[in-house]
Amino acid sequence: MTATTQIRRNDQPIYLDYQATTPMDPRVLEAMMPYFTTKFGNPASRSHAYGWEAEEAVEKARAQIAALIGADEKEIIFTSGATESNNLAIKGAAEFYKDRRNHIVTTVTEHKCVLDTCRHLEQQGFTVTYLPVQKNGLVDLAELEAAVTDKTVVVSVMAVNNEIGVIQPLAEIGRICRAKGAFFHTDAAQAVGKIPLDVEAMNIDLLSVSGHKIYGPKGIGALYVRRKPRVRLVALINGGGQERGFRSGTLPTPLCVGLGEACAIAMAEMGAETERLGQLRDRMLAGLTARLPEIFLNGDLEHRIPGNLNISFAYVEGESLMMGIKNLSVSSGSACTSASLEPSYVLRALGVEEELAHTSLRIGLGRFTTELEVDTAVEELVRNVSRLREMSPLWEMAQAGVDLKSIEWAAH
Amino acid sequence: MTHVYLDHNASAPLRPTARDAMVEAMRAGGNPSSIHGIGRASRALVELARRQIAARVGARPSEVVFTSGGTEANSLALTGARRSRLLVSAVEHDSVRRAVPGAEQIAVDRDGVLELADLERRLAQPGEPALVSVMLANNETGVLQPVVEAARLARRAGALMHVDAVQALGKVPVDLHGLGVDYLSLSAHKIGGPAGVGALVVRDGAPFLADRLGGGQERGRRAGTENVVGIAGFGAASLADFPVETLAVWRDKMESALTALAPGAMVYGRAAPRLATTSCVGMPGVLASTQVMALDLAGIAVSAGAACSSGKVQRSAVLAAMGVGGGEAAEAIRVSLGWNTSEPDIERLIAAWRDLYIRLSHSDIPRPRAA
Repeated sequence: MTATTQIRRNDQPIYLDYQATTPMDPRVLEAMMPYFTTKFGNPASRSHAYGWEAEEAVEKARAQIAALIGADEKEIIFTSGATESNNLAIKGAAEFYKDRRNHIVTTVTEHKCVLDTCRHLEQQGFTVTYLPVQKNGLVDLAELEAAVTDKTVVVSVMAVNNEIGVIQPLAEIGRICRAKGAFFHTDAAQAVGKIPLDVEAMNIDLLSVSGHKIYGPKGIGALYVRRKPRVRLVALINGGGQERGFRSGTLPTPLCVGLGEACAIAMAEMGAETERLGQLRDRMLAGLTARLPEIFLNGDLEHRIPGNLNISFAYVEGESLMMGIKNLSVSSGSACTSASLEPSYVLRALGVEEELAHTSLRIGLGRFTTELEVDTAVEELVRNVSRLREMSPLWEMAQAGVDLKSIEWAAH
Repeated sequence: MTHVYLDHNASAPLRPTARDAMVEAMRAGGNPSSIHGIGRASRALVELARRQIAARVGARPSEVVFTSGGTEANSLALTGARRSRLLVSAVEHDSVRRAVPGAEQIAVDRDGVLELADLERRLAQPGEPALVSVMLANNETGVLQPVVEAARLARRAGALMHVDAVQALGKVPVDLHGLGVDYLSLSAHKIGGPAGVGALVVRDGAPFLADRLGGGQERGRRAGTENVVGIAGFGAASLADFPVETLAVWRDKMESALTALAPGAMVYGRAAPRLATTSCVGMPGVLASTQVMALDLAGIAVSAGAACSSGKVQRSAVLAAMGVGGGEAAEAIRVSLGWNTSEPDIERLIAAWRDLYIRLSHSDIPRPRAA
């Protein structure tokens, strides 16, 4: 197997769903390959060279991850992905400190795995404060500060939202948490490698990393667990005692290597890539707004990663639009929930009306997105939105100046 | 010097068929939960592998829950069954014995075989209905457990039954319904699939409460984006059979050669039904750590006990449960064969073991064994 895997075949649609998952970078795959085939030892095998070379590779990867977030390599725990990292961070800390602290603070726009974990802890007797967000998707720091008490064990606020790409004020949240003695956990699945992160400067105590959101493999993630001052967790998976007892199970060496390499590449290229993606994103947004009236960007544009747009196309049903743009792979919400027809709870939390939330698309740009793809996507979107609007009686009425909100629809 | 790898129970090299399936999956890309074409293509790969695994263990595809490996599968079963009383065999893998504090241990005999009478006695004690966990094949000795009988006893007592089949898959028949069990743990990298993927098979109707929460993947039983590439590799690896008859011949040849060389050499679990691929053998008077290092220098990879704990200086819980004394247990190494083992590999091991034995056993190296 060679690492010269094509990113996109000509017969495949244009991939614009980089927040759902990313293609693996060929350089990542190349780094992983030997560990699938010739260097296949178990890193926990201490008795032979196969084990040692696997362990060495895993430790190098650990250092690469640590470097990207300003941590020490001893503070990195490998997991099976960000969902597990989030579960381990929040449940693990809550469980360990439950005799002293029983309160958790989070926001309503977190990933489902954080919200579900919090709901589970509520059933176990914990109190959870779900902070609203402002219209731009950002948390209100004054509200957050007021919510954190001396009973708060962990404040979990995602670094970058998976649907709208907005960046939360991490350093400020970290400062508040540190002052109040609560641990700060951030789900950084969408942030790692895309924005500068520094666990020291930002006072982050627990940070979740995903492999497949940063051009690494699926099935691997990491959790940063601060050592000074020490954060303690109750493990979710017990057994062989790997990962300092925080997470048992054979480490998948090739996947660890892939995550490490993905981090190293992101670190080296973040500056230039941010610039490039920002230009592509602006080009797409300008292209769409110039030719389509009544479209709305959801979430703050300034405090946002460059690879995300979330746009409501008024008077066009999102699912019909997706059917129309078969040549584009985009989503109408986060991947895990995109199979349901409920409007996005993230958009609803921003105050986006239900009708408008139903017309929204998440467009994710990434490392392999080209200018030609952006231009093709703009054409495709403009053509389909215009076509669907022409068929829409609502659009016709709106054009004729009828205020749709004033209409009382007959029940039937 | 070509290397000889005889530590398949720690981790097996990737099978070419698994590698090919993984390359295909890498080309497909996508998140299986996405509803666009690329997402659906990757969903199709996950579901193909699910059917392959299900067919391998006589289960329905809907009964297969993909996990990050055997340890997680064991953890999911033991916590997901939501039984407060746990009965586990004394020779279980650490991921079972240590999954939940307070598990009762069922005794094994000197061959490492579960004492069914002890299980029956414990099941008869009044108390809450239990979960019984017994592995199909032991990772250190390869000894096969009477799982069908244990499951029958468990069912009669209203208990649930979990089986860790991580080391058994492909090497002996594994059938969820034939075994009569509720939960079955599997791992890919022990059979020539990739590390980082496994499965818990949950019998339809068996109680199961997820503890990993999130996006609702795996029908709400295990959240997290599926490891599509790994799952595809697992599915492909599961299709292959091990050449167990040939491997058994070589394993027997090796054991005969070693015990002929050193009349005091012990083969643990030899009297019991065993996997064809595992041999736990002690070289009298020579510490296991000395043996594995010397064999490693000779280009042969074996281990002293289970890989997860091989870095720690502690005696094997498996051998201890079999009544093997600390001194003897400290002399035992594990030789584990796999899908790409060849006869010359075994000959190299025998020759290296012989050289080592002659060199060390008659020297004045301190013997750890108590009188």
